[in-house]
Amino acid sequence: MAISFTVNGEDRQVDVDPDTPLLWVLRDELRLTGTKFGCGIAQCGACTVHMNGMTLRSCVTPVSSVDGSEVTTIEGLDSPAAKAVQDAWVGIDVPQCGYCQSGQVMSATALLEENPAPTDEEIDEAMAGNICRCATYVRIRQAIHDAAKTLEG
Amino acid sequence: MTIHTNRRAFLKGTGAGLVVGVMLPQAARAAQKSGASAALATGEAAEGAFAPNAFVRIAPDDTVTVLVKHIEFGQGPYTGLSTLVAEELDADWGQMRATSAPSNPALYANTAFGIQGTGGSTAMPNSYMQMRKAGAAARAMLVSAAADRFGVPATEITVAKGVVSHEGSGQSATFGELAEAAAEVEPPVDPPVKDAKDFALIGTDRPKVDSRAKSTGEAQFTLDVYRDDMLTAMVVRPPKFGATLKSHDAGAALKIPGVVKVAAIPQGIAVYGENTYAALKGRAAVTAEWDESGAETRSSEQMMAEWTEAAHGAGKEVSSTGDTAAALAEAETVHEVVQQFPFLAHTPMEPLDAVIELREGEAEVWMGSQLQTVDHGAIAGTLGLPNDKITLNTMLAGGSFGRRATGDSHFAVEAATVAKERGQGATKLLWTREDDLRGGYYRPLTVHRLRGGLDADGNITAWDHTIATQSIMAGTPFEAMMTDGLDPTAFEGAKVLPYAVPNHRVGWARMESAIPVLWWRSVGHTHTAHAVETFMDELLEKAGRDAVEGRLALMDDETFAREAGVLRRVADMADWSGQKGYGVAVHKSFDSYVAQIAEVEDRDGTPHIARVWCAVDCGVAVNPNVIKAQMEGGIGYGASAVLFDALTLGEGGHVQQENWDTYRMLRIHEMPDVQVSIVESDESPTGVGEPGLPPLSPAVANAWRSLTGRTPRRLPMVPVDQA
Ligand code: FES
Ligand code: FES
Repeated sequence: MAISFTVNGEDRQVDVDPDTPLLWVLRDELRLTGTKFGCGIAQCGACTVHMNGMTLRSCVTPVSSVDGSEVTTIEGLDSPAAKAVQDAWVGIDVPQCGYCQSGQVMSATALLEENPAPTDEEIDEAMAGNICRCATYVRIRQAIHDAAKTLEG
Repeated sequence: MTIHTNRRAFLKGTGAGLVVGVMLPQAARAAQKSGASAALATGEAAEGAFAPNAFVRIAPDDTVTVLVKHIEFGQGPYTGLSTLVAEELDADWGQMRATSAPSNPALYANTAFGIQGTGGSTAMPNSYMQMRKAGAAARAMLVSAAADRFGVPATEITVAKGVVSHEGSGQSATFGELAEAAAEVEPPVDPPVKDAKDFALIGTDRPKVDSRAKSTGEAQFTLDVYRDDMLTAMVVRPPKFGATLKSHDAGAALKIPGVVKVAAIPQGIAVYGENTYAALKGRAAVTAEWDESGAETRSSEQMMAEWTEAAHGAGKEVSSTGDTAAALAEAETVHEVVQQFPFLAHTPMEPLDAVIELREGEAEVWMGSQLQTVDHGAIAGTLGLPNDKITLNTMLAGGSFGRRATGDSHFAVEAATVAKERGQGATKLLWTREDDLRGGYYRPLTVHRLRGGLDADGNITAWDHTIATQSIMAGTPFEAMMTDGLDPTAFEGAKVLPYAVPNHRVGWARMESAIPVLWWRSVGHTHTAHAVETFMDELLEKAGRDAVEGRLALMDDETFAREAGVLRRVADMADWSGQKGYGVAVHKSFDSYVAQIAEVEDRDGTPHIARVWCAVDCGVAVNPNVIKAQMEGGIGYGASAVLFDALTLGEGGHVQQENWDTYRMLRIHEMPDVQVSIVESDESPTGVGEPGLPPLSPAVANAWRSLTGRTPRRLPMVPVDQA
């Protein structure tokens, strides 16, 4: 079945089993490999993308349900919030193995787009769905505050 | 495989086999697309590139690429080893790049192992002089080339930030400009290295080489390798450890579009899909019958009871000083405890995966191999190809914590088996999180029993300690490291106490099960540090002594000065006065010394770790920022384990956890604030990937006892059904 949606601003059409999780369509069909697989059951956030501006766990989202939607992956991030987040991430060397960090960056960007100056509690709440097995949590929290400061100008 | 002539030139003088690296994130995609992984990141620049030795490549565009022999999975060797080269080379940090070295033990062996591999927090210590010499050799050759070009004596030449200059004549040249000429210079045999006082980079902070690529999704992991006509394979595995396949029915699976093949293999049943989802669906549709006659059918509860009973015996003697039995008999007070530790899964963020492409008479492999030499040989053996027909690309790995270092190479063998079964073409073997959790290779379930004797004045006179656990090394190539039938990973961290105890005995009760066990970040120290440091805390409390002062009083100043140093430092950091809710622990592992104080809160009966202060002494602090990150990471990884993690087997021997919904991970709101202080030292650098973990667990348990009066006797502290 052909499904059409926008990915990172480009119209894409895929002809796959409509139950295929968006994650595997992004990776296997579109070769957008920045979005990662960690659990497949919406527990870890490694597969986080944005759909119409909201975070979405692509591992449990059948591709049929994004028909006609706008999807952004880490490759397509370009908002001021995203840039602030990525610069802050580099600025204090957040990543260790790095495997969870696409998802962390996607969640953090969505948070700052919604709430440009989050408190620790708000950060915890927004980021609790993203596991980092390397436990870079202290720096993730700090980097989000740093990015918020950049955005404030 | 064809080697381009310019690649031959590139390799000149290295004595290397094929130098391969698809790892430099920016170049990885291009290299993959071209199908020429051998066209290394710097391959395009190979014309005129300078390869002074196996570790350093200097290109005409001024980039300096370090071939890192250790896998990068977050512990920082790309940055760490590049720092050592850059220091001796007097390079500018901005020109440094890192890539994974090819699999070739003749060039890239871990000098602590004799084979190529990473583990035991050895990456920095075993590379410290080697990489500095590599940088120093390159520098000497550049200087010699510059002396020729400038027509001046080499002794008058200076090097700074990637520029080679002669002040008197005002001439200068960049590394890139000198690369071609430097390639003609005879490499020095034993180039001198800098005095520590002249270090410009070592000991200071600079950005990690890989942070940007890891914040933009560009970093390439094994999962990200796609080859033309690649199939994805998943394996139906036995429901219990030790069960074997009786029969299977692939009919339904083969009807699923995209499922191209189902085949019985020694590990179970391999299902091949044109894409990941087809493989997933196909695997779910296979039905199988298993022979469980040789399977492990005990529950982990049953094992815990058996191990506990065994821990009440003496075990095989590991060490003994004085007469512990007599001292216990004479003691005024005897304190006895049993400490129980569950199986733990590593669950690295990236599940196990590998890509193998079979071609005519050769194969190329992409995987996050932690023991390249062992995996390389295992793959060659399974495929029936000579070692030199296998190209093994060490990929960035999404964590490991020990999981990717298996003596039996079970995963590499499985990947080679499914590739061979498929035949020519590329096959990606992917384990799901469920495969990972049920797949074994756990931190062994372990029980400690300790008895301590105090005299009337509260002095510790006896310490008797038996540890019941499986051997990690037995039956693997690492068995060679066992002496007298003793596996050091069972009791490391318990055999030698930093405390003066006149009568001290340690025994090991070796337990057996069909469950494969493995090193898990800090190995034996994961449980020995907890057992020793909580027991010491309890004995000091019984003697009415302060937990910090009491420990210091028992430490011989000379032998245990570094333990005492970190303990004093951490007590200062936390303003220690024996506060309620604070707990302390100190532990040496992998030649690094770490002390921590944890502040724990009681949240409706559940412990919450609010803050952790950490003092570390790891010799020369090459990259303070990386050291701090590893302490934070070790603390978080340890916090998850002490609070929440347990892998359990139910009645009949089924693993009860399937995914992160039931195998509970620490999340951001549970992460304590962490303060790290590095104790200054001139000693050679030691590792930091593991040593940050062991003291956390006992510090938290001690804090909880101080707060609530209750001592956790079984980990995790939050029972699995309440996590
Ligand atoms: S892979 Fe989607 S939440 Fe874990
Ligand atoms: S950086 Fe490794 S899992 Fe987050």
